[in-house]
Amino acid sequence: MKLAYWMYAGPAHIGTLRIASSFKNVHAIMHAPLGDDYFNVMRSMLERKRDFTAVTASVVDRHVLARGSQEKVVNNISRKDKEEKPDLVVLTPTCTSSILQEDLQNFVNRASIETQADVLLADVNHYRVNEMQAADRTLEQIVQFYIKKAQKTKQLDTTKTIEPSVNIIGSFNLAFHNQHDIAELKRLMSDLNIKINSIIPEGASVQELKNLPKAWFNIVPYREIGLLTAEYLKDEFDMPFIDTTPMGVVETANCIRKIQYILNDNKADVNFEKYIDIQTRFVSQSAWFSRSIDCQNLTGKKAIVFGDSTHAAAMTKILTKEMGINVVWAGTYCKYDKSWFEKEVGDLCDEIVITDDHNLIGDLIAKVEPAVIFGTQMERHVAKRLNIPCGVISAPVHIQNFPLSYRPFLGYEGANQIADLIYNSFTLGMEDHLLEIFGGHDTKEVLSAGLSVNSQDSEIKWNLESQAELTKIPGFIRGKIKRNTEKFAQEQKMEIITLEIMYAAKEAAA
Amino acid sequence: MNQIKHVDNNDLKEKINFECETGNYHTFCPISCVAWLYQKIEDSFFLVIGTKTCGYFLQNALGVMIFAEPRYAMAELEEGDISAQLSDYEELKRLCLQVKRDRNPSVIFWIGTCTTEIIKMDLEGIAPKLEAEISLPIVVARANGLDYAFTQGEDTVLAALAQRPNAKQLETQLEKVISHDKDYVKHVPLILFGSIPDPVVNQLTLELKKQGIRVSGWLPSKRYTELPLINEGNYVCGVNPYLSRTATTLMRRRKCKLIGAPFPIGPDGTRAWLEKICSVFCIEPKGLQQREDEIWEKLKYYVSLIDGKSVFFMGDNLLEISLARFLIRSGMIVFEIGIPYMDKRYQGAELQLLQKTCKEKNIPIPIIIEKPDNYNQVDRIRDMKPDLVITGMAHANPLEARGINTKWSVEFTFAQIHGFTNAIEVLELVTRPLRRNQKLEKIGSQRYTDRR
Repeated sequence: MKLAYWMYAGPAHIGTLRIASSFKNVHAIMHAPLGDDYFNVMRSMLERKRDFTAVTASVVDRHVLARGSQEKVVNNISRKDKEEKPDLVVLTPTCTSSILQEDLQNFVNRASIETQADVLLADVNHYRVNEMQAADRTLEQIVQFYIKKAQKTKQLDTTKTIEPSVNIIGSFNLAFHNQHDIAELKRLMSDLNIKINSIIPEGASVQELKNLPKAWFNIVPYREIGLLTAEYLKDEFDMPFIDTTPMGVVETANCIRKIQYILNDNKADVNFEKYIDIQTRFVSQSAWFSRSIDCQNLTGKKAIVFGDSTHAAAMTKILTKEMGINVVWAGTYCKYDKSWFEKEVGDLCDEIVITDDHNLIGDLIAKVEPAVIFGTQMERHVAKRLNIPCGVISAPVHIQNFPLSYRPFLGYEGANQIADLIYNSFTLGMEDHLLEIFGGHDTKEVLSAGLSVNSQDSEIKWNLESQAELTKIPGFIRGKIKRNTEKFAQEQKMEIITLEIMYAAKEAAA
Repeated sequence: MNQIKHVDNNDLKEKINFECETGNYHTFCPISCVAWLYQKIEDSFFLVIGTKTCGYFLQNALGVMIFAEPRYAMAELEEGDISAQLSDYEELKRLCLQVKRDRNPSVIFWIGTCTTEIIKMDLEGIAPKLEAEISLPIVVARANGLDYAFTQGEDTVLAALAQRPNAKQLETQLEKVISHDKDYVKHVPLILFGSIPDPVVNQLTLELKKQGIRVSGWLPSKRYTELPLINEGNYVCGVNPYLSRTATTLMRRRKCKLIGAPFPIGPDGTRAWLEKICSVFCIEPKGLQQREDEIWEKLKYYVSLIDGKSVFFMGDNLLEISLARFLIRSGMIVFEIGIPYMDKRYQGAELQLLQKTCKEKNIPIPIIIEKPDNYNQVDRIRDMKPDLVITGMAHANPLEARGINTKWSVEFTFAQIHGFTNAIEVLELVTRPLRRNQKLEKIGSQRYTDRR
């Protein structure tokens, strides 16, 4: 057992559901107790989705415990098949159902005899993998299934497209600024004259998966989800893939050079150096920005970085290589990806922290006292408590990290956004500091008494109970409630305010 | 005098149409009760013994609260716990000692989950032994998704609390009851049960005081150490419709007498609740008619917004019957009352009031659907096109995108809705989508659905 207040990565089934519900016309059925369909709330609230989330539960209750799921799961699968006519149904086990050790594969086999839809059992171990690993695995499983299916029915066409083309593996729901990142990647590919063959899984149909081998290569922008699929496609069809995240101007250039290398390998004869040069120097603002006088002030400032491995590594590189900021320590909660992370940022920071214990992270932040933090929502709250500015760079995130406006983190526009994020975090810190030195915004006490009905010489008294009640009212409205109650009491010619009068005043005010 | 016998069940069955669907509906997991209970019981610590799934739910459901150093945590089960390679006793001891050291609570609540049920972890057996060893009370509640929905979590916790004798306070409490006070009529002690915010506790206590009735205690109290003394023969009355296990426990284990009343939600419900308690103590209620009228007067504006409009409860928190009854009294037409679980005995008086309200407003009694099927419900919503759907967050945005007004049902659980004073809060919530959409009218009511 582990005492845990907070976790960075969710349970495995969340990963599976994120992949399944990203595809078009795929329905996931969770084998889960009541209340575990919380994923639907997250998708509907965080991403503000307009469609119903294609996830339902086959509820595990007392009867299931007593007699097994028997027909229940099979019935639920065929019911969804009739109601929604999906292309694929993914049966998703949860931590609860995995200890029941029912033969879910058998249910899948039985159901698929009757259904129009294909049926798959998500192959993840709930006690060994987390959300990201499960998502990675599920995506590979679905891709593999449809490639194999096409091979069997001899519908697999592996002829490459005439023009250079790419698959982007890494668009999914509930991911950090993902929609904007994908748009930015599409723009980058179109600048480089590369056709998009397929973007999976968000918005993709499973029917188009058999066309994946037609692309010249694959791009996996995020390390956490998609690598397994890219590796499978490499093994099966010898498709090269790029796993360099184009985040920050330096890494974006690296990514583009790798694309150039692959294309030239296929006799396309392209040279992107000029494009990189123009983008870096003129189109994107961030390279110039970090050379401008303003950014001199940032030199050597202490920062710490924490997040998933993709974003934490990329951010560390940007801070050190592009902005000259001193990263005291960089860390990730993707413990399974430790060696990659160490290799990427080993020489860019003083220390590496690999943990999923938010208490430890909090303590380490307090110890270092950095000028700025780049982390997840959790670090943002630690920062608030310690009064340190913080920029959020990675999941887990709240609704405010699903912005409506265009906010990519990838590509050249992404570099601009990140530069703003970094700079704004610092100025806020600086401003705060200056304010403190010069004694705050207002040099005089706010005369709240002047806003009250009576000033201090008020004859109205509060008894102990009502005083206690008043202190329970949140600070930002307490003054108003106090004034209203006193006014009410005055009108009623009362001298002592009791609980009853407080509530009467509330009713009168309503 | 067991008040529950007054409810004529056969009579009800004929008139109210109860149905039961498949139970494929969305609701919160009952462990969510730790969110409001840890705030209510100030010296408590809640340890949820479950998996990452439970933790992830709490973390996401409780949003910002998690960062306020909450007095709850997960005892996250690992593979070794599942396969019984580790001793449950030793593991729980280690964690509880850590909690005791770090937070020094007066009580630790163990919240059992689906996983502890399936692996049959003997929490009730371990707790008394560990309690003696670490000298800290441990209360066990099985608030799991296998058996319960959302607010029923509180029911399991309060039922467990109701069984804790409170020997320490014995003398002082007795004295209090005997002592004379001109403000109160002399009556058998009355204990109210249900977790509501402290201001609402005070409001309801004062309403009863006006009738000369003294509330001897609340279950739960503000602190675990202040749990009320519950004696054989005492009267108990619930303030929430989802507390049937607690009621049963108080009757059977503590030999209390239950006052079966409608719940104090809405001015009509509050009045009926007070009247019922008065009648049990043979007190002639004073000024309630006037008080109710005054409140309705204040609600006029809100009532004018919803009068004649229709509402559909998808059902997820068991407050549905009381809310529907209040809204019908306010002039709304209720198409369907979905509800996770319907205790016709515990909610008997509330059902009768619903029946009476429908008769007086001259409208048919809405159908009550237990264990609803959300898919079928969405179908019915499409056909009926209600003016308002009260639903969980999983369906709210998709329904709005289809041009249907929604109100998140969860807000009713967290808002202050009890008593005369807070009736306005309920209508404030119910009318919010209608008021909002009135203001947005100029944009037009076209649908925003994407064609996936």
